[in-house]
Amino acid sequence: MTTTPLAARGPRAWWRVPQRQVPVLATLALLLVMYGIGVSQYRAFSNIQVVFNLFIDNGFLLVVAVGMTFVILTGGIDLSVGSVVAMTAMVSASLLNDGVHPALVLLIALLIGPTLGFAMGCVIHFFDIQPFIVTLAGMFFARGMCTWINTASIPITDGFWTSAAQERIRIGENFVTVSVLVALAVVAVAAYTLAYTRLGRNVYAIGGNQQSALLMGLPVGRTKIAVYTISGLCSAIGGILLSFYTLSGAPLIAIGMELDTIAAVVIGGTLLTGGSGYVFGTLLGVLVLGVIQTLITFDGSLSSWWTKIVIGGLLFAFILLQRLVGIRKK
Amino acid sequence: MSTVKARLAPVTGHRLFWPLVVLVVLLAANTVYRPSFLSVELKNGQLYGSLIDIVRLSAPLILVALGMSLVIATGGIDLSVGSVAAVSGAIACLYISEQPDQNSLGAVLTALAIAFGIALLLGAWNGILVAGIGIQPIIATLILMVAGRGLAQLITSGQIITINSEPYKTIGVGHLLTLPFAIIIALAVTLLVAVLTRRTALGMIIEAVGGNAEASRLAGIRSRRITLLVYVVSAACAAIAGFMMTANVSSADGNAVGLWVELDAILAVVIGGTSLAGGRFYLSGTIVGALIIQTLTTSVYAMNIDPQTTLLFKAVVVIAVCLIQAPAFRARFRRRQAPTAPPAAPVEKQKEQVPA
Repeated sequence: MTTTPLAARGPRAWWRVPQRQVPVLATLALLLVMYGIGVSQYRAFSNIQVVFNLFIDNGFLLVVAVGMTFVILTGGIDLSVGSVVAMTAMVSASLLNDGVHPALVLLIALLIGPTLGFAMGCVIHFFDIQPFIVTLAGMFFARGMCTWINTASIPITDGFWTSAAQERIRIGENFVTVSVLVALAVVAVAAYTLAYTRLGRNVYAIGGNQQSALLMGLPVGRTKIAVYTISGLCSAIGGILLSFYTLSGAPLIAIGMELDTIAAVVIGGTLLTGGSGYVFGTLLGVLVLGVIQTLITFDGSLSSWWTKIVIGGLLFAFILLQRLVGIRKK
Repeated sequence: MSTVKARLAPVTGHRLFWPLVVLVVLLAANTVYRPSFLSVELKNGQLYGSLIDIVRLSAPLILVALGMSLVIATGGIDLSVGSVAAVSGAIACLYISEQPDQNSLGAVLTALAIAFGIALLLGAWNGILVAGIGIQPIIATLILMVAGRGLAQLITSGQIITINSEPYKTIGVGHLLTLPFAIIIALAVTLLVAVLTRRTALGMIIEAVGGNAEASRLAGIRSRRITLLVYVVSAACAAIAGFMMTANVSSADGNAVGLWVELDAILAVVIGGTSLAGGRFYLSGTIVGALIIQTLTTSVYAMNIDPQTTLLFKAVVVIAVCLIQAPAFRARFRRRQAPTAPPAAPVEKQKEQVPA
């Protein structure tokens, strides 16, 4: 996992936070404040298991949001993630039901998402069509495939799947699930890729200015196709984690998930114009969404629609903050 | 051979050619499947038939897509239309349900006025975020898309509000002059928008703002005000569509009204030949696009295919239409056919930056 490198800024005074990290720090502050409110209001909130549950309940969202971060960093957008998650869960459930070996199912399920992502990336790059429309078509396609496979929900009874779902990894008094470890591994790999590899540099460069990146001789096309493929892969992993979580595949599951993912990425401080943002911020963004959910559950008297209103308000606040930081930079 | 081609060029080159071909193919496929498809009959002074149904059901989509065309023409996008439709429908139904006499015309008109006013406010909120604060349109309207759904559920307290009001029901299923009332409303709004944009300078001003907001401002256009205006118009259209959707079923469900209508509307606009990059808009194309989407949905129902599978067809249609319209794809295709033909105009490609 990345840490915000505050100390590595040389001659600058340590309290002068680099501008591009302001949004991430704001998210961190918000997360801590909200957690503090929870702890002060409800005694059960201070239980460490509440924190672990945040990861358990939002593991799949985290993985998908990491993929979305790559796409948004290049200045694109991927609306197909929710449907691809559902399609992956659906395909695995249906294949497992037919008695296919779990390892083979896992392989097939992990291949579908990236293939669709690769295809969408190619259309976006070679035919110069807006990502919004292409991934919208991808979203329709994947959702249509779900219902084409089966209109009803398919339960999963396979031994590997149920053991992966129910396996509890103890940490002291508390536990996490396999999904949490997978999600954290994805976050770590993604953070490393963005920060320390050539692909990561290219992603930031394209998001900063595609024309300049092209003139500098960076492989713009290859990188663009790669980010949509990565997003597809993350959605596929997210779909498998979701099928661990629910132990079924349902055609209408994860509807509207693309919005949650985009919200998490934006709250995590990634600029939607691309070029600036961190995977660590996305992790914080997902946790913020999770804490809101948990607070509303703990309260009991608030209805679920308040979640949407609060998320909308937070989106507004964070976009305003990004805007203010952006103006100051100019 | 070449003369035929040359003579056909103005027809095949027209921007409405391919969308209309798709629409005709869809209608033909339906007619083959069910020969009575095209028949329209007069019963009790009211017209009935599959074609009339398609137009009636596409009325809300046409309205939303009209507003969306104007927004997209300025280089923006409005994701909040579905939520605005849900909010306005919910407010209208809530007000009517609290009246002692739900059939009183005065009460219904008051309800419509209140809901319409609030929709205008929501539109102005979008406009201020985009034009005033300078947030990217896709994100500015995403806020209202998420929060508006919550607001709609808050208004209906998470319930489905059912009403029993004849005047309100008329908006959705009533008839006037043999035609369904919804079609007449859609027609009236279309004419109004068309006259305002194409018979005055407004349309050109909107396109100028979409082409280059800064240049248009320097040329003396109040570009911020125009941007604000298109979001208000879009919300107004969405509100009327919301009234239709709720009137159709005489109930308001904060969760379901206008769900995914923003995507359908964007599709309709894009199928109609309007580029998402802004700077141009084609109202006629948008209407053909909306009709294509509704025809597709209706044919899938009529052919006893699972309704959700419509999405598969939609995906295919979207990709096909977008590819046909994409300059890069055409250039590739043309080069293979006639190597002497010049590639797509480079000037146009320059502006192909992503507004999203």
